Amino acid sequence: MDAFGIIGTYIAAAVGTLAIGLFLRWFDRKATAMVQWRKGPPWYQPIADVLKLFSKETLVPSTARRTGFLIAPAIGLAASALVAAILWSAVLRPDVGFVGDLIVVVYLLLIPPLMTIFGGLASGSPHAAVGASREMKLILSYELPFFLALLVGVIHSDWSLQLGQSSVIGVVPLYNISGVIAMVLAIIAMQAKLGQVPFDIAEAECEIMSGVYAEYSGAPLAIIFLGKAMMLAVMPLLLITVFWGGLTATPLGIAAFIGKYVLLVVLVTLIRNTNPRLRIDQIMRFFWFGLAPLGIAAVVLAVLGW
Amino acid sequence: MALMNWALRKSLWVYHVNTGACNNCDIEVLELLTPKYDIERFGMVLVGSPRHADVLAVTGACTRQAQPRLQEAYRQTPKPCVVMAIGACANAQGIFTEAYHMGAGVDVAIKAVDPDAIIAYVPGCPPKPEAMIAAAVKAMELIKTL
Repeated sequence: MDAFGIIGTYIAAAVGTLAIGLFLRWFDRKATAMVQWRKGPPWYQPIADVLKLFSKETLVPSTARRTGFLIAPAIGLAASALVAAILWSAVLRPDVGFVGDLIVVVYLLLIPPLMTIFGGLASGSPHAAVGASREMKLILSYELPFFLALLVGVIHSDWSLQLGQSSVIGVVPLYNISGVIAMVLAIIAMQAKLGQVPFDIAEAECEIMSGVYAEYSGAPLAIIFLGKAMMLAVMPLLLITVFWGGLTATPLGIAAFIGKYVLLVVLVTLIRNTNPRLRIDQIMRFFWFGLAPLGIAAVVLAVLGW
Repeated sequence: MALMNWALRKSLWVYHVNTGACNNCDIEVLELLTPKYDIERFGMVLVGSPRHADVLAVTGACTRQAQPRLQEAYRQTPKPCVVMAIGACANAQGIFTEAYHMGAGVDVAIKAVDPDAIIAYVPGCPPKPEAMIAAAVKAMELIKTL
């Protein structure tokens, strides 16, 4: 692939994933409303939100480090767009990836939360500082179970660190005991990575006034909004690619892919709506002493071939 | 620009400022989020920080202590924004007018910061949620002329 092809793929994947992500944001809010017996917002709501935020005034606090404060959301969005490009190319053409792109994806997925911390600390607000320290603890909590879960997928696809390799060799890691355990771990880690409700300690609206995002307004807030939409579209895609067989290019295969995608997003929404926010210590105990041993057990089972 | 104006009308985010209310108006504000009224139909949500807000829902009589905080919250709200003065106290200080601990009143305090501020008055003690929705619709009509 030449340079134009790469840039074209990047832009197409970014714009397409953004459209899917904005749709999923609406889907999430609508499903929440239905769970709570409300009517919910109209379909164009996320688009209206983003356009409005872009047209509003951008305030920068006097205590903020201006450049870091304004650039952090953009870097986070760019990183998640890059993840989207790699994942879509792995889903659509599993044969052309490169060895180790799973590792690249895992590293790139760490950048949006890191940029959230960076932007929050650069804003110089005490609420954002508390939120940033909580986000740091959240990352320390969920990364280990997340890695272990992905490792199970790697072992089942014949120790290949290439995305989509499981669908090339025709293995679905989910159809094993260890695969089911790993999928559960990955769904919970996805919830934490998206900052959704049981794990939304970093932005806790009623405790620390939106925490890390407290000082953002106008266009940077719109970019944060877009980045969250992008992550909501990317994370189910990663889980399907690693654990659930990716996409087969038949009508049935495409329908099954869309069904799996929607199922994972509905799970995120339902977990969000049926759980209260956990405390910091509860989250760390849950991930380290609850899920991490489970992940190690899943890895051992996978090595034994279960 | 018409598109941006449409977007602002369809996505008003509300920050709730209490300037010494008796909690009655606040309960009625929360009533807006319940299934019966469901203000999210119009894209309105409660947000946690004035910097995210387009509407300041002000309740309370604006005491001397609360007045500078209210003015600061207004300064920190990105423009264009709308102030909704909810309840008899926020409109004209209600039964507390001329009391020793009163500030200038919500509208006077806001106008001291920004003479062109858009203020929607919602009378009542407490106002019904329908009245607040009517005020939000009036604010949307006002935004159309911006």
